Amino acid sequence: MYIITENGSKALDLNFTNEISRRSGEDIKACFQCQKCASGCPIAEYGEMDTNQVIRMIQFGLKDELLKSKAIWVCVGCETCGARCPNGIRIAAIMDTLREMAIEEGITPAEKDIYLFHQCFLDSAKSLGRVHEATMLMKYKLKSGHLMDDVGVGLKMFLKGKLALFPHSVSSKSEVRKIFEWAKQKRSGH
Amino acid sequence: MKLSYYPGCSLEATAKEFDSSVRAVSKALDIELVEIPDWTCCGATSAHATNHRLSVGLPALTIKQIQKMGLDCVVPCSACFNRLKTTEYHMIHNADIRQEMEKTLAFQFDQQPRVYDMLAYLVEKYGLKAISQKVQKPLKNLKVACYYGCLSVRPAEITGIDSTENPMQLDNLMKALGATPVSWSYKVDCCGAGHSVAKSAMVTNLSGKILAKAREAGADAVVNSCPLCQTNLEMRRPQGEDIPVFFFTELMGLALGSPEARDWWNKHLVDPSKIVNSIQAE
Repeated sequence: MYIITENGSKALDLNFTNEISRRSGEDIKACFQCQKCASGCPIAEYGEMDTNQVIRMIQFGLKDELLKSKAIWVCVGCETCGARCPNGIRIAAIMDTLREMAIEEGITPAEKDIYLFHQCFLDSAKSLGRVHEATMLMKYKLKSGHLMDDVGVGLKMFLKGKLALFPHSVSSKSEVRKIFEWAKQKRSGH
Repeated sequence: MKLSYYPGCSLEATAKEFDSSVRAVSKALDIELVEIPDWTCCGATSAHATNHRLSVGLPALTIKQIQKMGLDCVVPCSACFNRLKTTEYHMIHNADIRQEMEKTLAFQFDQQPRVYDMLAYLVEKYGLKAISQKVQKPLKNLKVACYYGCLSVRPAEITGIDSTENPMQLDNLMKALGATPVSWSYKVDCCGAGHSVAKSAMVTNLSGKILAKAREAGADAVVNSCPLCQTNLEMRRPQGEDIPVFFFTELMGLALGSPEARDWWNKHLVDPSKIVNSIQAE
C-alpha cells in the first residue's frame, strides 16, 4: 500500500507503527479520529499538526515527518488528551516514545531550546543527585544564548532567597549516576 | 501519625515556602514527617520526555528508600508525586520492570508502604472533619479558585483521583477551612509547566488565561499544590494581573494559626499581604 504525501507517494511503513505501539504500550490502531484529543490540547496552536493527526501519521508510518516535527517537542505532557480519549489511548506516552526515538536517531530537535532545557535539568540531577535550580538555569542561559531573558525576575527570586547560590550534593548521587548508566541501554518497551 | 516525606528539588529553592508550610501544617495536625535521608531527584518531565528507562529508574531510588523506612510517603509537589506514583504503578503491574529494578537496585518491593499526594492524603486519610476541628482562624470571606493543574490529576489510573474533569478534594479542603471555593472551568487546565523557561511566551499565554478565568469567577486568590504551577502563575502572567496565588498548605497554616506563616508571604513574587492581613484581622 502507498500513501500520498506532500513529497509524493511512499510505501506504508508499518514497522514504525508497530514499534511505536510496542514501545509506548498504546494501541495505535484503536484511534478512530474523533478529535477529542486535539480539541482539548492546550498547546495545539504551537505545533504543525493536531494531536489526532499525530496518531494518524503514526498509522501511516510517517516516521521522518513525525520525528522532525515541532509537535512532539511542544507537547508539554499534560495528559489531557489521554484522559479524554474514548479508546483509552495515552497519547502523552506516545509523545514520549516519539521524542525518545528522535533522540536515539540523532535527529536535530525542531525545538532546540526545549531539548537543551531537558539536558541541563538532567545534567544537574546527574552531577549533584538533586537539581540545583540556579546553576541549572545559568547553564541553560549560557548554552542557549538567551542570556538576558528573565534577568529581572531572576534577581527578584534571588533577593527573596528562592535561588540558593551554591549547590550542595547528596551522598546518594553515586546511585543516581548508576541509574543514568543503566538508562543508556536501549529500552525494550513497557 | 508518622509518615515519610519527599520534598523534591523545587521545595529546596523556588518553593521554599511550600516546604516550610508543609512542615508547619503537619506539626499543627500532629503528623510526624520523617524526611527521606539523602533523597534524590525524581527526573521530572525532563526524564520521561527523553528517556523512558530514566523516568522509571530515578523514582525507583526513592521507592527503595520508602520501602526501607517502612512508612507511607507524602509528596507535596504534583510533579514529583506523579513520577514516583508512575514508577510505583509500573512496579505493581509489570513484573518485568519490578524484577529489573529490584535487581539493579538490590532491594525487594512490597505492596506496602505507598506513595501519596500530600493533598489527597490530608483530605482522604487524615480527614476533613479532623482538619476542621483544628481550625483557629476560619478563612471567612475568602473566595478561592482551586487550581489542580495536571500532574496530581492525570492519568487517573495512576493518580487514583475520582474525577479528572472536576476533582473536588481541594475545594472540600478549602470549605473545611472556612473559605468559599468558586465554581470555574479551568481547574484542570495546563499552566504550561516545564516549558516555562524554553517557551515562556506560550506559558504566559496559558497561565494568564487561568488567572483571568479565576478572576472572572469572582475569586480573590488562586490556591494550588504544585511548585511549578505556583511559579508559572506568579511569574508568567500578563502585566497588570495582580491576583495572588497560594500553596494549599499556606492557607491551611493561616487557618490553623501556624506562627511560621509570617515567613512565607515575602517569598511570593505576587504580594498576597492584602488578603493575609484581612484574614488575620478577622
